[in-house]
Amino acid sequence: MSKPKNTHFDTLSLHAGARPDPATGARATPIYQSASFVFPDSDHAAALFNMERAGHVYSRISNPTCAVLEERISALEGGVGAIAVASGQAALHLAIATLLDSGSHIVASRALYGGSHNLLDFTLPRFGITTSFVDPRDLDAWKSAIRPQTRLLFGETLGNPGLDVLDIPRVASLAHDHGLPLLVDSTFTTPYLLRPFEHGADLVYHSATKFLSGHGVVIGGLLVDSGRFDWTSSDKFPTLTEPYTGFHDMIFAEESTTAAFLLRARREGIRDFGACMAPMTAFQILQGIETLPLRMQRHVDNTRKIVAFLTAHPFVAAVGYPELTTHPDHHLAQKLLPLGCGAVFSFSIRGTRDQGRRFIESLRIFSHLANVGDAKSLVIHPASTTHFRVSAEKLRAAGIDEGTIRLSVGLENADDLIEDLSRALYLASKAPGA
Amino acid sequence: MWTVVHRERVYAYTGARDFDPALPTVVFVHGAPNDHSVWSLQSRYFAHHRRNVLAIDLPGHGRSAGAPLESVECIGEWIVALLDAMGVERAALVGHSLGALATLDAAARHGSRVSRMALLGPAVPMPVADALLDAAKQNDHAAFELITGWSFSPGDLLGGNRLPGVWMAGNALRLMERSRPGVLYTDLLACHRYAGGLDAAAKVACPSLLVIGERDQMAVPANAAALIEALADRRVVTLSECGHSMMAEAPDGVLDALRAFLLFDASAALTPRGVLL
Repeated sequence: MSKPKNTHFDTLSLHAGARPDPATGARATPIYQSASFVFPDSDHAAALFNMERAGHVYSRISNPTCAVLEERISALEGGVGAIAVASGQAALHLAIATLLDSGSHIVASRALYGGSHNLLDFTLPRFGITTSFVDPRDLDAWKSAIRPQTRLLFGETLGNPGLDVLDIPRVASLAHDHGLPLLVDSTFTTPYLLRPFEHGADLVYHSATKFLSGHGVVIGGLLVDSGRFDWTSSDKFPTLTEPYTGFHDMIFAEESTTAAFLLRARREGIRDFGACMAPMTAFQILQGIETLPLRMQRHVDNTRKIVAFLTAHPFVAAVGYPELTTHPDHHLAQKLLPLGCGAVFSFSIRGTRDQGRRFIESLRIFSHLANVGDAKSLVIHPASTTHFRVSAEKLRAAGIDEGTIRLSVGLENADDLIEDLSRALYLASKAPGA
Repeated sequence: MWTVVHRERVYAYTGARDFDPALPTVVFVHGAPNDHSVWSLQSRYFAHHRRNVLAIDLPGHGRSAGAPLESVECIGEWIVALLDAMGVERAALVGHSLGALATLDAAARHGSRVSRMALLGPAVPMPVADALLDAAKQNDHAAFELITGWSFSPGDLLGGNRLPGVWMAGNALRLMERSRPGVLYTDLLACHRYAGGLDAAAKVACPSLLVIGERDQMAVPANAAALIEALADRRVVTLSECGHSMMAEAPDGVLDALRAFLLFDASAALTPRGVLL
């Protein structure tokens, strides 16, 4: 029989969602830097407001440039649609606010980005939403943490800081057995390395600030819906299955069989919370995504070389990268991440907090800052920066020690990066201990 | 809303409006193997413009119970049974693809029950490629992928949705994936075997609208030519650069064609994507 001729990832990275501008012929996606859009007539205006016609009204709700980005990430993830928002944190909040009410409960991996942990552990309880954190590798822990009030399971494709590989097929299966969706933060892997929907995840979000952009000049987030989860199979998601008085008594799950979540997120979450993406930001992220396949492969190639170098270095105590057989998730990574485990990883030097600081300060190419996923190589020493108030004991509980260094490997020549690391390791090893 | 037809529960989207017996009714009939949600924009418009809307899930599709109906003629009869169940004496019928064939057949057999009919993406005959039928028979996912690839114009297959944030191809694929095993094959076989289209067209007395996608690869425009000739009271709208998934690809073009046909005089203005012939 004929084989379906699906468009390849590389091509979608360049073209999905976009077409030459019909007004001007511009080949690049125009930046529609306009707050609002003119109605042809009153009937058309009313139809737009009542979702009887498709189009743009006001750029907080939707914008043509942002819409191209939303389609592009949907195509790359294999979803039905997406919403571009102000940051990755805004994406996480939008997902939660769309589905959960006061009294609801989340089960989340404990290996999360610190900002996500802050939202779940400290901020959302103030609004009546609580979270149980579990070891992402312990499926029994996920299961036993689920309560009648649980509405969402949440984890990162690669956990922080130990790169715990989320067993998406098994966690998703567990979630679905309980009538719950699985939300995944896919920032570290991007759809080039892992497409969580193909393994059972229901919702995916990205901090588009990172690898999707690659240039480190914008803050943005993307929330993508697989369109697979059946919100109507239980009474757990009344925001999607019951009339919403805030939008003409619309029942979102009746309005759209596949994109009910996105409808509510846009018609309520973006409308009311307002964490929209600026069109200029969307344009810049689109520029980044055009080269995503090329960049991610280079990121991974460079990372593999650096991991090999560090693993063999006498001043390095441990390297945590899932492609190494020593990593606890090595086999799972081979299954889920055959193209590579990303370009962010941690290693530990055989030294003190001060020697870690000396290592960082000796680097010339790696930039010392709090970000990942830039085209340029980045480094941070958690014990002297993000976790500097944390005791050594609590650091260990978080999977960090005083010598832990986190790298985000960029696109420079790998030999230059290795030379930079080699020199800094030498200087740190000669520095006095604490 | 829910009703019962032939002892099976049937779902019909009404645009979040109560059914008002005093208003004219428009029935929207989806194609293979979809559900009411393919009409979301257009049906919602009519529901809020002085019409009852029944955007149905055919038996075995979407939320409706029962087995999928095995022939176009059966679906046509079922539509009339739906009107009986709802107490509707006459209604306008709007059908897409398989739904267009069923609409045509219902209008031919039950002329007194159909005030107007709109056929979107019609073709008579509507042959289905053996490769697609085989894949559908085996519930092979490739069948969904093949249909997705053929359902959009080349430009729309890469996106550019008028509905912000929705990836048309992915959405179409996911909706088909939700269909129950065997439903796609039953639907495609019904299209493939329907031989009475031209005879039916000759019997249709009500005004008819045909909406053709200029780049339709599923129901190629050439296969609508004889149908157009056979219909006595017809108007034809061709949507430029549009494929088979016209409600998604050209939502305003489709809506404006339907508005002109169902609400106003047929000479009402159309969008740039719609050309009134």
